[in-house]
Amino acid sequence: MSLFAKFDEIRAGVELLLGSVRNPFDVRFDKVLAPTEALLGGRTVLLFGTNNYLGLTFDAACIEASMQALEEGGTGTTGSRIANGTYSDHAQLERRIAEFYGKRSAMIFSTGYQANLGLISTLAGRGDHLLIDADSHASIYDASKLSTAEVIRFRHNDPEDLAHRLRRLKGRPGNRIIVTEGIFSMLGDTAPLREIAAIKREMGAWLIVDEAHSLGILGAHGRGLSEAAGVEGDVDFVVGTFSKSLGAVGGFAASDVPDFDLLRIVCRPYMFTASLPPAVIGSVTAALRRLSTDKSLAARVLSNSRRLYEKLAQAGFKVGPEPNPIVAVKMPDRERAAVFWNRLIDEGVYVNLALPPATPGSLSLIRSSVSSAHTEVQIDRAVSIMSAVGRELGVIAAR
Amino acid sequence: MAAQGAILDRGRIEAEIISMLSGRVPGGVNVSADTQIVRGLGLDSVAILDFIMDLEDRFDVSIPLDRVAEVQTIAELSGAVEALMRAPG
Repeated sequence: MSLFAKFDEIRAGVELLLGSVRNPFDVRFDKVLAPTEALLGGRTVLLFGTNNYLGLTFDAACIEASMQALEEGGTGTTGSRIANGTYSDHAQLERRIAEFYGKRSAMIFSTGYQANLGLISTLAGRGDHLLIDADSHASIYDASKLSTAEVIRFRHNDPEDLAHRLRRLKGRPGNRIIVTEGIFSMLGDTAPLREIAAIKREMGAWLIVDEAHSLGILGAHGRGLSEAAGVEGDVDFVVGTFSKSLGAVGGFAASDVPDFDLLRIVCRPYMFTASLPPAVIGSVTAALRRLSTDKSLAARVLSNSRRLYEKLAQAGFKVGPEPNPIVAVKMPDRERAAVFWNRLIDEGVYVNLALPPATPGSLSLIRSSVSSAHTEVQIDRAVSIMSAVGRELGVIAAR
Repeated sequence: MAAQGAILDRGRIEAEIISMLSGRVPGGVNVSADTQIVRGLGLDSVAILDFIMDLEDRFDVSIPLDRVAEVQTIAELSGAVEALMRAPG
């Protein structure tokens, strides 16, 4: 039996789905021109599928800080923090993140995926109970697999279901650790965090919130849904990423729990991988400074999000439940989703194609992400193209 | 239908699981005790996990994900549910 035979079904599904359309899992840009534009196949496309929420990937101050760090600190760290040492910039960024969240301590990881993988799998040990939202990101599911705890899913954004599943554990020993997200990555909906925090208090559980898609967007200071919902004191561990609003790569976790820094010597996805290079630390530090001082970025991405969401809804598309920077359009089936995605590229708009089982409720989605760098003209053009393609494919009614 | 939470024998659990699945699997799929859960039901991985949540509520047990990964057939799943009803921890 071939080593890859186990993937025959997946391969057959992809080949059947794609037929003659482009491969959505292998998009190759000729060149990224700006936060909102790229060259693809020799033509300019509008970028509506990048998670570049604050548009900082080409920010002059971030680039300058990155170049300065590169020149001063070199191209890479050549290894892990425990084996090869911590650079002063790593430690300084960790202090800045801790200060930003008003927490005692913060740890940075080499990706956001690893932050979830490391934090969750290490905290939830044998005999503990990990309760994860059913629509959790893959990194949370993979952390669950790596953990030795018992893992229970609760129904998406359903606090009563969470409470019910916690009550079912009554009398059994072990910590209860709840994991949810600020903004969910597929439909752009937010968690009912106030209710979840109340359950956490009542049941004596720990609470981890992944703010990957809400950092810099929600809350008066951009600290995410925990801040917006007024429950930061109930969130024991906040997780986030540098790859979205902060325009680079990397992840972090921050906490007030006194022993939090013990993770540095027990958390394998932190210990046994190369630390972030100076250039990344430089741009992230500059981006965090910009996010903290320039409130116009969050205001603009939210107003842009509302514009795209409302105009797509007005055009007749079935959109997600909330107007956040992730704007998902529900497609009637996988095949039309693939063709729709492909036609948008033909017409100059790049978005994400999201298909089951990576989506909740077996939905086929066209997933857009909005940036503060998008102009209203760009948003209106994207809506116009999506509407025309939607009518062409019978996704929305003809005018 | 038996009362939720009451301990059932494996045969009745199996019959209920098959009955619950009948409305969910694609047309043409016949579910039996020997049906393979991952390859035989025609459901994707998320749909299977959502079905497991329904089973948890129906039988009032927690079925941790690692237990789900260990079972391959409907008969084995029924056995796991029965064991959890008798000894939840």
